[in-house]
Amino acid sequence: MRRFADVAGAIAWRTLKKYATTPSLLLPSLVFPLFFFVAFAGGLSSVSRVPGFDFPSGYTSFQFVFVFLQSSAFGGVFTGFGIAADFENGFSRRLLLSAPNRLAILGGYVLAALIRAVITGVVLFVVGLIGGMRIDGGVLDVLGLIALACGVSLAAALFAAGVAMRLRTIQAGPAMQMPVFLLLFIAPVYVPLDLLTGWVKTVARVNPVTPLLGAGRDFISGGTADLALAFGVAIGLVVVFALWAVRGLRSAEAAG
Amino acid sequence: MNAAPLRVQIGELARRSITQTLRQPALIVPPIFFPLMLVAVNASGLQAATNIPGFPTDNYVDFAIAVAFIQGALFAMINAGSALARDVETGFLRRLAMTPMQRPALLLGHLTGVLLVALGSSLIYVLVGWIAGMHMAAGAGGVLGVLVLAMLIALGFAALGALIGLRTGSGEAVQGVFPLFFVLLFLSSSSLPRPLIEHDWFRTIATYNPISYLIEGIRALIIEGWDGEALALAFGIAIAIAVLALAGASQALRTRLVRT
Repeated sequence: MRRFADVAGAIAWRTLKKYATTPSLLLPSLVFPLFFFVAFAGGLSSVSRVPGFDFPSGYTSFQFVFVFLQSSAFGGVFTGFGIAADFENGFSRRLLLSAPNRLAILGGYVLAALIRAVITGVVLFVVGLIGGMRIDGGVLDVLGLIALACGVSLAAALFAAGVAMRLRTIQAGPAMQMPVFLLLFIAPVYVPLDLLTGWVKTVARVNPVTPLLGAGRDFISGGTADLALAFGVAIGLVVVFALWAVRGLRSAEAAG
Repeated sequence: MNAAPLRVQIGELARRSITQTLRQPALIVPPIFFPLMLVAVNASGLQAATNIPGFPTDNYVDFAIAVAFIQGALFAMINAGSALARDVETGFLRRLAMTPMQRPALLLGHLTGVLLVALGSSLIYVLVGWIAGMHMAAGAGGVLGVLVLAMLIALGFAALGALIGLRTGSGEAVQGVFPLFFVLLFLSSSSLPRPLIEHDWFRTIATYNPISYLIEGIRALIIEGWDGEALALAFGIAIAIAVLALAGASQALRTRLVRT
């Protein structure tokens, strides 16, 4: 266990140090969520006047939850980019040779993704509050929202790690980014599920992101969230993608 | 030995640019797929917005499809800039400088492949929009108007990309400006008409943002018909961007060749 913690800690530290000292990695992951928040909450606020739009905490809070979960997911995906780059420049191969516990390599990357998500989340919360976001839920609700975001970040990081460890090239970037992007946007992003139309509504009904968004919005508005469904989906995604990532690690080991 | 006439030089470099583009699906698929995907998602997600009093149409596809043309132009910018930056990085431009090749040929030849993709993408946007129920208020002539305006916009953005690619000589730098223009696209009237944007600060940014007028020009042909003011603004801004960017790119090429 000690060996696992040592390796995971070292990997996480290296990943975070690289993230913090490389402006081209740090800035996009902080600026993009803020930009999406400004563009959606600022530019689309009159959508809350649409008949049937009944979110009680206002459009800024409605969009905040989406951007919060989206930034958590993309923090995970960006970590996958880092893993792919480490394989491309040969660092990961040396790591596979030297680490006493290879699962700890995966653990370290995922831990770094989680810490990145927390950093971005804190910045977003501050900007959201300055921008007039209302939080009608209590402390437990806010903690519930944060727990959901951590689950999303973990799931996305494990998914991206699985892709990165199988393909082992940064050119796999779109294969990590696009599925997450599509899952996030084919959900009730701009309006509640009932107000969606067409094929997006059909897909959104079965999209696992939909219950996560719904619960997140219930948390922030103080509504009654379907906790079992939301956390069931979050845990399910983490478990499935953990298996996917571990098999990806085995594939990387086999490739040498 | 006499140099080949200018049109032959342009033709040769255009052939190279087109071949390079056609050989790389990564240069063709994203400009077609991503804008249409965004339109599809927004059209379903924001159809309810057409119920806001004062919204100009009852079909959000009519409203959203214009954004696809601008996104396509942004891809033209990135592809043109990356191609020229790659030619700087690989030394192709340096070797070309030792031939009697003229500068306009180099620039126009390079832009041709990218503009061909832009034209193909624009035709696909129109076709998919039509299948999705788009109604062209300006009639059949409006389709031509949309295509001409879209190509003019694509030319301007591609020339901007060329300018950046030549100035920096770095594909990474060209890729780096994409988010900036993406931000400009979102901070415009891309999702709602300007009068319906509630926040004053956002409406002010959208009003000063030239991309709003490019979108509104295409949108006018689709939703309102031949709106002289919207079209004059859109064509005026598109021509201004194209002229300034081409002049800047030409100057950057001259500087790059002198350095060579």
